[in-house]
Amino acid sequence: MSDSPKRADGGRRAWLGAAAAGVAGVVLAPGVRLIEVARAAPAKTAGADPAVRWGLLIDTTKCAPGCEDCVRACHAENGLAPPTRPTDARWMRKVEIKEMKTGRQASVPVMCQHCAEPPCVDVCPTGASFKRADGIVLVDRHRCIGCRYCMMACPYKARSFVHEPLAGQKPEVPRGKGCVEGCTLCVHRLDRGQALTACAEACTRAGHGAILFGDLNDPASEIARRVRELQSTQLRADLKLDPGVRYHGI
Amino acid sequence: MLRGLAGALLALLVLPGVGVLAAEAAGRTPRPAIEPAQALTQCIAPAEVMRREHPAMLAHQRDDTVRGGVRGAKASLRGCIDCHAGAATHSVAASPKDFCVSCHAFAAVKIDCFECHTGTREGVR
Amino acid sequence: MKTIAATRNFWLLVAVGGLVTAVGLGAAHQMELHGHVITGMDNSIVWGLPHVFAIFMIVAASGVLNVASIGSVFGQPAYKPRAPLSGLLCLALLAGGLMVLMLDLGRPERVIVAATHYNLKSVFAWNVLLYSGMAAVVVVYLWTMFERRYKAWSRPAGMAVLLWRFVLTTGTGLIFGFLVARQAYQSALLAPLFIVMSFAWGLAVFLVVQAAMYRWNDRRLPPELQHRLARLLGIFIAASLYLVAVYHLTNLYFERQAGFEAFILRDGGVFPLLFWGGYVLLGSVLPMALLLHPRPPGEAAVLAAALLVVAGAFAWLFVFIVGGQAYPLDIFPGHVASSAFGDGQVATYRPTAPEWLLGLGGLGAAFLLTTIGVRVLDFMPQDDLPTARP
Repeated sequence: MSDSPKRADGGRRAWLGAAAAGVAGVVLAPGVRLIEVARAAPAKTAGADPAVRWGLLIDTTKCAPGCEDCVRACHAENGLAPPTRPTDARWMRKVEIKEMKTGRQASVPVMCQHCAEPPCVDVCPTGASFKRADGIVLVDRHRCIGCRYCMMACPYKARSFVHEPLAGQKPEVPRGKGCVEGCTLCVHRLDRGQALTACAEACTRAGHGAILFGDLNDPASEIARRVRELQSTQLRADLKLDPGVRYHGI
Repeated sequence: MLRGLAGALLALLVLPGVGVLAAEAAGRTPRPAIEPAQALTQCIAPAEVMRREHPAMLAHQRDDTVRGGVRGAKASLRGCIDCHAGAATHSVAASPKDFCVSCHAFAAVKIDCFECHTGTREGVR
Repeated sequence: MKTIAATRNFWLLVAVGGLVTAVGLGAAHQMELHGHVITGMDNSIVWGLPHVFAIFMIVAASGVLNVASIGSVFGQPAYKPRAPLSGLLCLALLAGGLMVLMLDLGRPERVIVAATHYNLKSVFAWNVLLYSGMAAVVVVYLWTMFERRYKAWSRPAGMAVLLWRFVLTTGTGLIFGFLVARQAYQSALLAPLFIVMSFAWGLAVFLVVQAAMYRWNDRRLPPELQHRLARLLGIFIAASLYLVAVYHLTNLYFERQAGFEAFILRDGGVFPLLFWGGYVLLGSVLPMALLLHPRPPGEAAVLAAALLVVAGAFAWLFVFIVGGQAYPLDIFPGHVASSAFGDGQVATYRPTAPEWLLGLGGLGAAFLLTTIGVRVLDFMPQDDLPTARP
């Protein structure tokens, strides 16, 4: 019976191995759960990429007067209450324009233009208004003292000042009384890997297709291809601020 | 007269302090009643380190996040809130027993984080 | 020797000044608690009445040092004894103006952030450095005038003060001049305009305070000196009016500015009223008539003219700051625009009580500091000419 001990050993080993695996599983499983819980947020991201320049292409020929899908989506995404008073914050709005000489009308969504040479960044005394590496112009509310000089400097009336104490902010969009704010190109979505801003997503989902978002620096991106094909202009291009938002049809 | 004035000034400075201490002893200011963070978890650093260093850690991290776009790093505020949010309120700042408010109220260190940041854990209405 | 009456009057003035300042601070506290929604400011008019008060005080603070400069730097003997009072008024007005400016911030508790983080491309940041530096330089200057053994240094200190305030007031003008977005600003002319305005406003404030001090102390300003100061103020008013005229004439020449100029000068309601009635008529023409008349003006006329200049300054600043924001931005040239955010519309602004109280609180603080200053130290101009009332 010389095989028996080996077989018995093999069996015992197998049993021990299985038991050890089982115990290890029981012991480690909570640990796996531990890692899962303690790092509820996804793994650390790399940060803004300087090779990227985020931008929007807005086709106003596809913008219906009175349609506010993009504005509503923006405000819902960022936790803004529906604005009614002149003191309420608006991160984007629809402007109805009519050319004085010809009478031609258009409906234009206007938000922070994310200029390459932002006047708001130049004038901010503390450096709270800044341009991120990927071209998004933001307000660092930790540094904003609420002087509103950037609001004086912006040619597009892009920014709002928070006139009252706020509550119930979205977890990913902190905002509060006494600071200035504006369109962030949904930076919290971009940093988490989502492909579109809320306004672009809402417009596409509704079937209008007026707002295209993407990386202007990537020649293969859809927005870069479209701006090569389609005539587009920047608002107040004479100021040479080089906004990242381009408009077709005005 | 000067001596009398000095005595009065001394009394003016000392008596309120004694009063406060007496009230302390009587339990007027409750010790922080911190809801423990989620079970089977460990903070990013030991409690003594966190107690001393969390302002600096958060201040450094916020610049990386806001200006650099780095999300989900070790000392991210969202990470703290997700772990430390109270079971009942799902927040670190909603009730006096919640994590941040409880200690800060006791230490009388006013913070303005939650004027802008919601203290509520993500995914909770 | 301080009489009982003088002491009583001093405490009365301190009480009044202290009360006005305290009410102003209370208004600022309400603004901090409830937010700017309790003011008349909104997302179209972001700088309102507090800025009018603050910028008046800051510009006048710079200009009031003219008297000192004419004495210390240009060596005019009649002005030398007036230099210390001029320095005190500068500090008081600067303190009052900066108080209003800082308390009007959305987050006034973050002044420390402003003092420790500087974006050096921002003229606003430069001004923060310049204002605090100005206070330090003026303190040194006052010290050279009060401390006998440093008297030799008062000329270099006076020169430093002169240069500093030129840079500072240029910076204040360029806060607006650098704003390419708005039709009211975007002009290099604003820098020299603010400098000349500072001369007029500063001298006007100086004359009012000097008149009050002389009357309070039963003294009389020598008529020749009175006449010289009056003439000087008249010249400064004329120079300001000239630059304002050039500014508007140039704007009127540019077709793209026509809409804005029509708004400010004719169609804008309260703005043309304040500009023509407040600044031009009451604040410039009338004082010039009083001051530059061939027959030398009396004490009352000079005081009246100085007060009118101050009133005109407030009117002009309101038109400049608020009117410049009320006119809509021209985002779509050649188009008529409308939106729910006020695009294409003239914005309305009605200042509320907290704004008035904060602004007046700043004046109160300047008044309080001046009153305490002249009581504690000898700022009364000591002329060699007879000044006692007959």
